Amino acid sequence: MPLKAPRKQSVSMGRGARKRDEDSGTEVGEGADEWTQSKATVRPPDQLDLTDAELKEEFTRILTANNPHAPQNIVRYSFKEGTYKPIGFVNQLAVHFSQVGNLIPKDSDEGRRQHYRDEMVAGPQESARVVLSDAGNLDEDEEPKEPAIEAESQIDMAIAEVAEKVAEEELMTHKQPKDRKLTNQFNFSDRASQTLNHPLRDRECQMEPPPRTNFSATANQWEIYDAYVEELKKQEKIKEKEKTKTPVAKKTGKLAMRKLTSMESQSDDITKVSQAAKIVERMVNQNTYDDVAQDFKYYEDAADEYRDQEGTLLPLWKFQNDKAKRLAVTALCWNSKYNDLFAVGHGSYDFMKQSRGMLLLYSLKNPSFPEYIFSSDSGIMCLDIHVDHPYLVVVGHYDGNVAVYNLKKPHSQPSFRSSAKSGKHTDPVWQVKWQKDDMDHNLNFFSVSSDGRIVSWTLVKSELVHTDVIKLKVEGSTTEVSEGLELHTVGCGTAFDFHKEIDYMFLVGTEEGKIYKVKQHRPHQLLIGPLGPEHLGSLNQFLDTYDAHNMAVDAVTWNPYHTKVFMSCSSDWTVKIWDHTIKTPMFIYDLNSAVGDVSWAPYSSTVFAAVTTDGKAHVFDLAINKYEAICNQPVVAKKKNKITHVQFNPIYPIIIVGDDRGHITCLKLSPNLRKMPKEKKGQEVQKGPAVEITKLDKLLNLVREVKTKT
Amino acid sequence: MIRKTEVEETLKRIQSHKGVIGTMVVNAEGIPIRTTLDNSTTVQYAGLLHQLTIKAKSTIRDIDPQNDLTFLRIRSKKHEIMVAPDKEYLLIVIQNPCE
Repeated sequence: MPLKAPRKQSVSMGRGARKRDEDSGTEVGEGADEWTQSKATVRPPDQLDLTDAELKEEFTRILTANNPHAPQNIVRYSFKEGTYKPIGFVNQLAVHFSQVGNLIPKDSDEGRRQHYRDEMVAGPQESARVVLSDAGNLDEDEEPKEPAIEAESQIDMAIAEVAEKVAEEELMTHKQPKDRKLTNQFNFSDRASQTLNHPLRDRECQMEPPPRTNFSATANQWEIYDAYVEELKKQEKIKEKEKTKTPVAKKTGKLAMRKLTSMESQSDDITKVSQAAKIVERMVNQNTYDDVAQDFKYYEDAADEYRDQEGTLLPLWKFQNDKAKRLAVTALCWNSKYNDLFAVGHGSYDFMKQSRGMLLLYSLKNPSFPEYIFSSDSGIMCLDIHVDHPYLVVVGHYDGNVAVYNLKKPHSQPSFRSSAKSGKHTDPVWQVKWQKDDMDHNLNFFSVSSDGRIVSWTLVKSELVHTDVIKLKVEGSTTEVSEGLELHTVGCGTAFDFHKEIDYMFLVGTEEGKIYKVKQHRPHQLLIGPLGPEHLGSLNQFLDTYDAHNMAVDAVTWNPYHTKVFMSCSSDWTVKIWDHTIKTPMFIYDLNSAVGDVSWAPYSSTVFAAVTTDGKAHVFDLAINKYEAICNQPVVAKKKNKITHVQFNPIYPIIIVGDDRGHITCLKLSPNLRKMPKEKKGQEVQKGPAVEITKLDKLLNLVREVKTKT
Repeated sequence: MIRKTEVEETLKRIQSHKGVIGTMVVNAEGIPIRTTLDNSTTVQYAGLLHQLTIKAKSTIRDIDPQNDLTFLRIRSKKHEIMVAPDKEYLLIVIQNPCE
């Protein structure tokens, strides 16, 4: 509903206000509807009061195409008349929006040209740039406000055109068809500038070529095997290291490592040839002594068949060493494990001329030089090699000391040594023998000496602990001195031997010529008597005494097969064979010269060898000839050369003989000396210790019968 | 602990042994390290014997990889050549067996 009241105000104003009317009216009109609905008409106090006639007056409105903003009275100065003249017609064009575009109609000149060009350059890429520069202005409604005359003139010119005004400026850059430069399509200007060209400089670097070596290898089966073995070793080492990871072990390990490395760095490469050198030395010797080696292996004296029960000793090698030239051979011992290795002890039997001693170990494979050399201050009188540990050698000295050498450690010093504090003998040690390990698995050995003591030594960790086993007393020689003291004359032991099976029973030979059979309380039974362990010695019993010889007993040995039989020899020129149950000897042999040593053969219970000071070796076989030697042969070249010791090799048919000049001769036994019992046809040949025992038994029975008869 | 002097002594003994003409020590590449013969002979022996030893060693090991060559002897009309190989070195001795 048209509002009359607010209209009254606008009606009184001119035409110019009509626009405002319309504007405001529409605005108010819309809002007014709400107002009228909600509220009743309110009459403002200053509303014009009109009469009804006035109210009904009609007004007309007309829509024209005139620009309400356009000025209605533009004047222009006319130079002709010299006055301002109003222009009749004013431009009524109102531009609401203008934008400059870049579209050109296809059919226009320019469009056609471009199209043609594109076709031309379809293959080779031609870049025809159409650059438009915007030179057009945005005609806005505010323009007429600006009093700029130029702008107006422009606008005038553009009247005839279409509403959308397009002002173009084309810049066509003709480039060569092959080059297509992507340029900014709107606003591009090619601008070039020249930079300074830096002078070029060549820079080179040359190295020395890395050293090259040719490497070639073959992948053999054994190379692969070697690689695997090394891997295994490495892994094992790692495992061992992990196991022993105590700090102490580490320290010692480090020290050892340092020592090793320093030694390696110090030592020349030549030490690595040591193994090869040893082998070559043996080879060279083998060549030189080739015939000897052949004899040793293969020669069997054919003449024995004709000789009828007599045999010979074939000399093989001779061992001697410069350093031991003046020293007599005082002890011989074969090694149980390495059958070609034997030990020689050097010293002197002469009471007046006592000097140093030497221990040499020779191998049959190298007769020119010993494998091991040890020297000592005092002469060595006896030695023994342990059966289970073939690297342990025990040695008895002239000054009463005992020492144990460990061949695994090539020190020149013994690993164990007795001293005055630790109970050494006061007289020369005449025999040492290894015994079985005691309960704590400590090695132990026995020694006998002229001071009358038989001592058992035990290797406890790094010390020698001694226990007096027994003191030899001369029977019937206790003399009473005035104060009532019983003075025991001490017997001097010169040889002893343990029973093969009953290891606590042994025989001792003395200087007086007596042989004692002693039974000892087993050392591993720690019996502590009422007065303490020292008095254990008195518990050892003298089982028996044999009046064996008139002079000192040089050697006593049990028969290796027959447990009852033993043999003794002495400087009184005799060799006697005993049955330990009978006080008188079974067999007696007189050899016309002081007997240095006797030894049973390991292969037969009836064969034994004896050596005398006149340089002869005698071999007996009781099964063949009970009364005489079947071999009686001078062994050493020069007279006055006394033979001191003899030993059979456990495996080979050879014996070694040592003399007092320091030479050792190796002799081969001829077949007659090694006769085994003949087998009757059809009967099996019985072999074994039992046979030997029965063989000897037969002989002994014969003898016993004879004795009982007489 | 094998001391240098012991090895030296052994080599001296070998050299002074009856019938030995010469000794030489050759390294793994066939280069002589120590010799008692003249240079040209040494080089010749070293080169030839080195190859032969390798061949011999390879033969033995091919047959049984757990086996290894201990020494090699070549007996000729005039003398005998003995070769003892080691891990890194080769010891060659020429001897006249004087039969």
